[in-house]
Order: sequence, then structure tokens, then C-alpha cells
Amino acid sequence: MKRKLVLRFPAAVVEYPFIYTLAKEYNIVANILKADINPRKEGRMVVELSADEKSYQRGVDFLQSRGVIVLPLEQQIVWVEDRCTQCGACTVICPSGALWMQRPEMTVAFDGEKCVVCEHCLKACPARAVEARYLSGV
Amino acid sequence: MGKLRSYAEINEKISKGQAVVVTAEEIIAMVAEHGPEETAKRVDVVTTGTFGPMCSSGAFFNLGHPKPRMKMSKVWLNRVNAYAGLAAVDVFLGATEIPDTDPANQNFPGAFNYGGAHVIEDLVAGKEVRLEAESYGTDCYPRQKLETTIRLSDINEAYLFNPRNCYQNYNVAVNLSDRTLYTYMGILKPNLCNANYSSAGQLSPLMNDPDYRTIGIGTRLFLGGGVGYVAWYGTQHSPCGPRDERGVPRTPAGTLALIGDLKQMQAKWLRGVSYLGYGVTLQVGVGIPIPILDVETLIGTAVRDEDIVAPVVDYSEDYPQATGRTLGEVTYAELKSGKITVLDREVRTAPLSSYPKAREIAETLKMWIQKGQFTLTEPVARIPASDSGVRLKSLAVK
Repeated sequence: MKRKLVLRFPAAVVEYPFIYTLAKEYNIVANILKADINPRKEGRMVVELSADEKSYQRGVDFLQSRGVIVLPLEQQIVWVEDRCTQCGACTVICPSGALWMQRPEMTVAFDGEKCVVCEHCLKACPARAVEARYLSGV
Repeated sequence: MGKLRSYAEINEKISKGQAVVVTAEEIIAMVAEHGPEETAKRVDVVTTGTFGPMCSSGAFFNLGHPKPRMKMSKVWLNRVNAYAGLAAVDVFLGATEIPDTDPANQNFPGAFNYGGAHVIEDLVAGKEVRLEAESYGTDCYPRQKLETTIRLSDINEAYLFNPRNCYQNYNVAVNLSDRTLYTYMGILKPNLCNANYSSAGQLSPLMNDPDYRTIGIGTRLFLGGGVGYVAWYGTQHSPCGPRDERGVPRTPAGTLALIGDLKQMQAKWLRGVSYLGYGVTLQVGVGIPIPILDVETLIGTAVRDEDIVAPVVDYSEDYPQATGRTLGEVTYAELKSGKITVLDREVRTAPLSSYPKAREIAETLKMWIQKGQFTLTEPVARIPASDSGVRLKSLAVK
């Protein structure tokens, strides 16, 4: 199985080699899509984990036991349809095709599963209709 | 070609609820099926629409006098400066104005999260806005400072007065350089990665009346969800540029200055928006009815996206340096397909002007007319047309 996640590392554990441990101890392939990791500061990483289901669950349990907050990726970026003016400016900026134009209707659509949380859309959207909601832990 | 009906005859049908009204999109299929002569006999009015960023927009307000009275010489609404070089409590708030405290592009690219356009949207949405004013004080207007909050309903007159809306055709913006550009046409990625355009094409008002036979000074229209009028031709109105065999401009051409009562309008159709690294602008919804006076007006409204071309312009060099060079032409049908070819490369497109919102405006105006709530006006004067000799001047720096 493959799953995209957002990992939040509290400052106290941010220097621990989690990705190495996932590979060595749990046989999980971690494909890092985006990372913002700095010494002694809370870190954030967007990652795709590939493993069999049992290993995957053990790996996630390990991360959580060390204080890492594991969030499903598709809930991190929220497209507020009511605020969207359907201008489409985001659709050529989004690198993963998560924000795209339905044709011939010419309406903007958002597919959370394709989103890689690069956040390019947040400021590319003139109407500020895309929001990042990282605050709530699971 | 013979005249089919007059404005008075159309308005009589509207008042009886008998007018045949279709949108500029629907008319295309009708003309394809029945031909222009037959369709012109059947249809009284064609409605158009557009919803896109229109920087040259703003609003006049008469804020009312406080006690004691005040000759407001500096005015801010939610920290955004409004021009007060008018009578005591009259001001003009421009859509692109930003607060004095905004860092603009000092930290490039600037976010421009709030400006005049957002104040207009907030007022129309019924929100409370902070008003600050300063004055030097006079015998008749002694007050020198003021801080309070206002709502649109507290203001005497509030009218939108947009010096340039409804651009008839526009550039397709691309970037040939190797760095990202932040423009009024959105973010342009390096090396021809994307092409941004901004027109409703076949639904756009002036595309459907290419030589301004029915749209003129005094034309009543849909503006920001309310009723407005053409006040004048717009700034940078340039009717004498290149046109195709149907008379449709191949480059940015005509524009309109529009006016309307802000108190009737809806925030849905007046949206403050922020262009990264560029600034604030107002997305304005406009819809204009076109009376089918004769077959010629009908043929104008039957224009299709595949018939209209727009110039592709490089915004890394040719636009800012005003070289006049273009990289070729593409049709709006190609632009709407999502991909165009520029310099033998496939380039992804984004509209900026919303086609579904333009359609919604054309449909809303159609409904107003069908219900007898909106009648048509004959222009009191024409705006300069393709035979006027009016040309756009550039500024000579001496």
C-alpha cells in the first residue's frame, strides 16, 4: 500500500533519524515530497509511505509513540469553493494537477488525493480561496 | 439590410413579458440551425456577460457631515487611502489602492492581501468599515480629526464609477525568460510554462457588438449584481486597431466607463482580489443586453470562440518594454481547450476571467428582461467606433 501523509515533528524530536528508522526497522519506503526541518524547531514533512499493511501500521505506531503527529494529507489543504471565483489562476500553478479545470464547463475543481501540499496555490489564488489547515492534530 | 424592430417595440414586448431573450452562447446554435435572417426575426434581445479583474474601478462616496462639520482632506477606509480632493465629505476610493503600511513589493513578491477593492466588497457585503479622516480645519468646517466606523447603509450616496471596464479582447500573457514573473495577468512561470488570458470571448459584451452599434453612452446594463449604465467610453478606448473580416478586434480595443448605484450591488459580483507581486484589483461582473434591431446586430452576437483571435505577448520583455512584438495569434476556442501552441511548444492556459460566472450573468440579465424588470435604453450618443480615427497614444518622456 501507498499513502501520502503530513508528519509534524515536535522540536524535541526533530533531530531523530525517523526516515532511516522507518526503512531499516520497519521496511517502509519513504518518498519525501516536501520537508521543512530545522534544528530545534518544529518540523513538517510531506511524505509518501509504501509498505505492506502490517509494516505500515507498525511504522505509524512507532512515529506516534515518539511524539510525531501523523496527519492524512488530503485534509491539509482546503479549497473553499464558495470563495473561489472560478478564475483558474491556480490551475496552471498547481504542479500535481490537484487543482484543475473541468472542461468544457471551465469550472475549477480540487482533488485532495493529488495534492502534495506544496502550497503554491495559497498565494497564486487571487481570491484567497485555498487555505492550509495544519493546526489540528489527529 | 432592413430594420426589424425599434427599442420602443422591444421594450413594449418586455413590459408584456413577451420578449424573446437568449444569451450570446445560446444564439450561436440558433444561428447555426436557422441561419441569421430567420433567427433575427425570432429573437429580440441577446444578453452578454463577463466577470474578470478590472483594475480601473472605484467608487464615489458622500460620507455625510459629522458634528461639528469637517472638510475631510485625508480619508482612510480600513486604512486604505481614499482621494478627498473634492467637496468636504466626498471621496473616491480606487480599487487598486493599498494601505500606506502595506510593504508592497519590498519583500518580493508582495502578497497585497487587502486594498480598495476589498473595502468595496466589504461595504457591499454589509460589513462595518473603519473610517479615519484628517483636515486642516476652516471657519465653516472646524473639525480636524475623526475616527469612527461606517456601513454602506450609513453613507449618503455610494456609486461605483469604473473608468475602464469590459476590455474588448486582451493579450495572452506568456513568459520567455528564465525567472518567474508576477504580473497583473497572474503568475507566469519561466520558459513558456503557462499562458494566461482574460476575456469571456464569445460571451464578452463588446465582442458581440464589435463596432458599438447598440452599446453607447447611456446603455443600461448589469453591473456588480445591480443596474448600471455606460457613462462614457473607457480609458484607453482604442477602436481603430486591426480587425478580422467580421470586424472583431484582433488586439485589445474598445473599453467602457461604467457607473451604477453601489447600494443595489452584491458582493458576489464585486470581489476584491490579490495578485501576488502585482497588487490589488476588483473582479467586476458586467452584463450588457444587445437589441436585435436588424440582421447585422444579430450577426455580431453570433460570434464564436473559434472566430475570435488574441495576440500572444511575452511579459518578460515585449510588454514591459513596449516593443510591440507579438508571438502570434490564438483563438479563444484554443485557449479554452487548455493548451495552445506558442513558438512550436505546447503551453498550458488559464483564463483569469471566469467563463461560468460570465454565463451566469448573461442568464441573470436574460431572466430580468424576461420578467419585465429590465428594459433597454437607446444610447444618447455613440462611442468612437472603428471609423473614428481614435488611437491610443504612448507617453513621450521629455
